[in-house]
Amino acid sequence: MIFNRYRRGLFITSFLAAPVILYLVYVISPYIQAFYIAMTDWRGVTATPRFIGLDNFERLLGDGTFWKAVSHNGALLLLLPLITIVIALFFAFLLNVGGPQGLTGIRGSKFYRVVFFFPQVLAVAVVAVLFQQVFRPDGSGMLNGPMMALGISPIGFLSDPDVAFWSVLGVMVWQAVGFYVVLFSAGLASIPRDMFEAAQIDGAGRLSLFFRITLPLLWDTVQVAWVYLGILALDVFAIVWVMTDQHGGPDFSTTVMAAEIYRNAFQYFRFGYASALGVVMFFFTVGFAILSLRLSRRERIEY
Amino acid sequence: MTTMTSWTVANSRKLARQERRRRLGPLGVLTHLALLVWTLLTVVPILWTFLASVKSEDEIFGDAWSLPAALRWDNFARAWEQAHIGQYMLNSVIVVSFSTFGTMLIGSMAAYVLARYPFRGNRAVYLLFVSGLAFPVYLALTPLFFVVQNMGNVPLVGPFIGLNTHAGLVLVYIAYSMPFTVFFLSAFFRTLPTAVGEAAMVDGASHTRVFFQIMLPMARPGIISITIFNILGQWNQYQLPLVLLQERDKWVLTQGIADISTAAGYDQDWSALFAALTLAILPMLVVYTVFQRQIQSGLTSGALK
Repeated sequence: MIFNRYRRGLFITSFLAAPVILYLVYVISPYIQAFYIAMTDWRGVTATPRFIGLDNFERLLGDGTFWKAVSHNGALLLLLPLITIVIALFFAFLLNVGGPQGLTGIRGSKFYRVVFFFPQVLAVAVVAVLFQQVFRPDGSGMLNGPMMALGISPIGFLSDPDVAFWSVLGVMVWQAVGFYVVLFSAGLASIPRDMFEAAQIDGAGRLSLFFRITLPLLWDTVQVAWVYLGILALDVFAIVWVMTDQHGGPDFSTTVMAAEIYRNAFQYFRFGYASALGVVMFFFTVGFAILSLRLSRRERIEY
Repeated sequence: MTTMTSWTVANSRKLARQERRRRLGPLGVLTHLALLVWTLLTVVPILWTFLASVKSEDEIFGDAWSLPAALRWDNFARAWEQAHIGQYMLNSVIVVSFSTFGTMLIGSMAAYVLARYPFRGNRAVYLLFVSGLAFPVYLALTPLFFVVQNMGNVPLVGPFIGLNTHAGLVLVYIAYSMPFTVFFLSAFFRTLPTAVGEAAMVDGASHTRVFFQIMLPMARPGIISITIFNILGQWNQYQLPLVLLQERDKWVLTQGIADISTAAGYDQDWSALFAALTLAILPMLVVYTVFQRQIQSGLTSGALK
């Protein structure tokens, strides 16, 4: 018996040792260090960072670029989930329920689901380079070429500060929609068929089928989608860093928090300041997570 | 009699067709139009890239929608050799093979123990892993760079796991894949029946043997889902290698592709860029199309759990 207890303990320890050590060394310890480095003026030159309290955070408040980055993340946080979920819900509904032949969904729905998902399996960095070419400002760009042929003056999708942010948002929606079509389709598949049939016998049109049945029953999945897209909006980096001019330009018109962290740390070598930015981003992300948990819990009680 | 029947069949078919057309109506046409538009939005940029990959430099700078006069396959040879896409792709394959294997091995071990063995501190360790789900990786970026740099000073193994080493990146990938892998798999292990494992223990099998020979095979559906999730995530990773692999010959594919496009200048090899993009996109699409059912269900079940 005692031997068995000993064996069990040995087993637990041996199975947990490697994952826990790796996780502590590479994940937990950097997070903890980051909070300390954020209160130093460390630039990597001296061996020990000098403690400066909250100076970095004070400086952040007056940093216009930081506020630009925050506002872009904020705009993405509102727009990316909204646009993506609306488009994806619309397509998922058409593909699964709202087909003209009744409740079977539309013909070729399997094909659409496969194709819409394509962008999802591509690396964000690869998508960024791809769209850099699509958005080229001259006649050899995929969009500007035909426009110029029609006599419309070319749009600086990535070089016009007023347009560039929307280009970033567009590419993010382009990449995300397919995944959420499939996610919502999976959600729809778990709703019993007779639910729709009963409604249709009662004379529900496609609109009420969507708003009165599909949407309420899919609400949990929509919330999951909202949280995932929200985190994507806060985490965005590669698309901005690789695709836009000057890594977040022109004139910081597309920059985001993650890009400013990278820029400050590995281009300006302001490790303390970059970590302060990271701490702010940390609180944004955790705040968003708590907020969305709260909201979804309230919904469930009301149900 | 027979003519009568075939007439009826033909007639009913015709009626069905008319019925379908009637029901399709303007709304049905709009539906198909919407789906078609999104299909084109998805496919055309990709096809356009494929097309440009066999164009000459002049054709790329000419009319955007022109067809290539001849198929320039040498673009691919230049991308593979001179732009080192072959090397970068090999690096990606090496790193992702080891890191996904490592992630699945130690991730499932941790998840199994946490899911099925109550012990003091179990809950704390579980929460420690899962808390990583909520943290932005960018916060840890700067210290992580120095952690990996310091790893290079560890005696004996240092040269293999420091900055600019593939093994170092593999360890980082494994660590950062832990939160989701443990979270997902421990939920999965909890749902498995206990009877089979207990019977094996009575027969004298060790804990380790029960895990490898009974539990892992039973958990196969969950293991497959999360393996796909990790392969895609680690293959597509850009941020971590950007920080941790600064020597060119160590780069992974995403770094290589991003670099060709940013290394602008008059000597920029545009047709090789498109060929490189094609080389990065095409295999992913082929693999995805073959395994699309597993990939779709794997990724969505990962998201819903």
